[in-house]
Amino acid sequence: MSHSLALHRDLEAFVRRDDAGRGRFELLVRGARCAGCISKIEKAVRALPGVEAARLNLTTGKLSVELAGKISDPGRVLETVEDLGYRACLFDPAEAEAAQDKEGKELALALGVAGFGAGNVMMFTVPAWAGLFGQELTPATLTLMYWMAAIVATPCALFAGRPFFRSAWASLRRGKANMDVPISIGVILTLIVSFSETLLGGKHAYFDAAVTLLFLLLIGRYLDHRLRAGARSAARDLLALQAPIAMRLTDGVEQGVPVADIRVGDLLAVTPGERIPVDGLVEQGASELDNALITGETALAPVAAGARLHAGALNLSGRLVMRATARSEDSTLAAIARLMEAGAQARSTYVRLADKAAALYVPVVHTAAALTFVGGWALGLGPREALLRAAAVLIVTCPCALGLAVPAVQIAASSRLFRRGVLVKSGAALERLAEADHVVFDKTGVLTQGRPALIDAPAHLVAQAAPLARASRHPLARALAAEAGAGPVAQDCVETAGQGVEGVIDGRRARLGRAAFVGVQAGDVRETELWFGFENNVKIRFAFEDRPRADARDTITKLRALGLSVEILSGDVEGPVRDVAREVGVSDWRAGLMPVEKAAAIDALKAQGRKVLMVGDGLNDAAALSKAHASMAPGAAVDAAQNAADLVFTGDELGAVVESIETAREARRRALENFGFSALYNLVATPAAMFGLVNPFVAALAMSGSSIVVLLNAARPRLRSFNR
Amino acid sequence: MNIVLFLAPASIGLGALGLLAFFWTMKAGQYDDPKGDAERILYDHLDDKPPASER
Repeated sequence: MSHSLALHRDLEAFVRRDDAGRGRFELLVRGARCAGCISKIEKAVRALPGVEAARLNLTTGKLSVELAGKISDPGRVLETVEDLGYRACLFDPAEAEAAQDKEGKELALALGVAGFGAGNVMMFTVPAWAGLFGQELTPATLTLMYWMAAIVATPCALFAGRPFFRSAWASLRRGKANMDVPISIGVILTLIVSFSETLLGGKHAYFDAAVTLLFLLLIGRYLDHRLRAGARSAARDLLALQAPIAMRLTDGVEQGVPVADIRVGDLLAVTPGERIPVDGLVEQGASELDNALITGETALAPVAAGARLHAGALNLSGRLVMRATARSEDSTLAAIARLMEAGAQARSTYVRLADKAAALYVPVVHTAAALTFVGGWALGLGPREALLRAAAVLIVTCPCALGLAVPAVQIAASSRLFRRGVLVKSGAALERLAEADHVVFDKTGVLTQGRPALIDAPAHLVAQAAPLARASRHPLARALAAEAGAGPVAQDCVETAGQGVEGVIDGRRARLGRAAFVGVQAGDVRETELWFGFENNVKIRFAFEDRPRADARDTITKLRALGLSVEILSGDVEGPVRDVAREVGVSDWRAGLMPVEKAAAIDALKAQGRKVLMVGDGLNDAAALSKAHASMAPGAAVDAAQNAADLVFTGDELGAVVESIETAREARRRALENFGFSALYNLVATPAAMFGLVNPFVAALAMSGSSIVVLLNAARPRLRSFNR
Repeated sequence: MNIVLFLAPASIGLGALGLLAFFWTMKAGQYDDPKGDAERILYDHLDDKPPASER
């Protein structure tokens, strides 16, 4: 509940104001599920002074609040929602702006128009098809039908085709041909040939094909977009939840600002439970820092006035006032960010399956169409018939099935993973994951739980110290309290930042905290420890350790069974890494690595031709994550790691890694099956079109038939999952 | 055959009406929160109109 500490602070920077002074801001609310939640939240927020309207979107979890004037502040709203028992955080205004899905709306509109066109054009083309099979239809009626089809289909096709035309044009200007080039050429040529045939009173016009083709392709395009947009917004929500507000001190008043707005020299307040927003120096206060996400070290680092702070470290026990020495984008992250950029560039050269298929398909189809035209004319068909056949080749081979093959499979796979708590950021990520043959794990927070747990303590001693532990917010005390379970809380508790907590248990004064605070000579401390003792009594020592996740060993065994080799690269010191490696059964490990060394290790593996899957959560992993062939990060990872990773898994189980790899491989298999089917279909359809055996009816049947087969194959449930 | 000249535009007109209705639902934000809309219908006091579209 770090956010509840942000009460009664000026959060005006998060409000967008219009000219009349009316404000609007967005909160991300977690945990709302039903009509009751909507009712509770909206009612409570609307009752606040100055709030004009509040509406909760249950699908996205966003609460939009409109303020009448200056009187109300977002802090009150935040507090109100949290008091109702929901987690809430403020959306950065820039992020809220970017979250609006313009591309999705455009695709949905195009899809609607194409669907309208494809449906209504059949009213005129079905009678025309009947004429093809010897039914009574005079040439004049046939021409009339085609003209009406043209009136419906042409504007629809031109409108619905815009996303394809734009992408094809952009691709051609870069001197390349993507899948949209044959689609655009096919649609435009089909329309032109159909017009000329109708004008000349011919029997074959393909107005319906042009718009139906676009309709089927847009389904695939829309699915692909939904996949990416859904994952992106989920990832953005995760980040919004953990990269909250920095508190700037101006003349002693705390003011919430987005982290990106911090300037060098600003004074910032960091309360316990918050992350250090930017690099800086401690001005006042003492505390302990958890560097696990930055360096992978599990030992806590004490800091006091004058100490250097690195962005991303978690402030544990005391309030710190710090002076910023760098802006957000120049903080410790800068060097890591540069490495990440290099990695992302290398990855952008990855060629997706569909593009590989397109690279084969485009020249073959265009050659076949050109051959049909030239060959047909040369063999005495006449230019008109030759062009008609060339257009028929383009239509029947037009890549509906190919365009649907990959997105349909990938959306099925990623929605399956999403139900298991794994976010897939893109379809390309699934394709790369399927190819992985070597897994590199980070230790802290990935193989281990990333938080201390009590080791080897007798239950009666734990029960003795528990009342004090329950009164403290310190992570070690919390671990102790968790071990003891529910029970009484000590009285008159006073917590001293960076030292410990003192209170009264059953009338006896007791202390829980660092050795010196409890009154013990601090020796050479190697493990994370906590001391406890009653006044003038024996002092007890509790030791803590970061335990491996429950299913870590199991996961590694399963990964080996899938044919992947496993390695640990950690930034922590040798001892803990060796212990964890032995416990989870990995013989290949390295400790004490700097971020740059981790990235270099990935490069070295790449040079050996390995396809590396990196699983990491820290800032020190971010560069390695973006350099690896594929990458995963747990939901508790720092934002840089989540940004760099292809997949983010929430939940406590490491088994998500195995499941993701299995699903990705299955998806790849399905996509290849679909390609195989498309190839087979084209092998039959192309010669048929070349020899003039295709008429508009056959073309329509073949086109939709092949698309349906591909979709059904994608939706086919996984057989093996029934055997489990 | 003359009836076609009347029926065809009429049916296209109906189709276009449907398309316009689809445009309107998009603009009015009726697809912005399918989960919430399904829940809001359960209580009378909840505002069950689609939200004012994002500006």
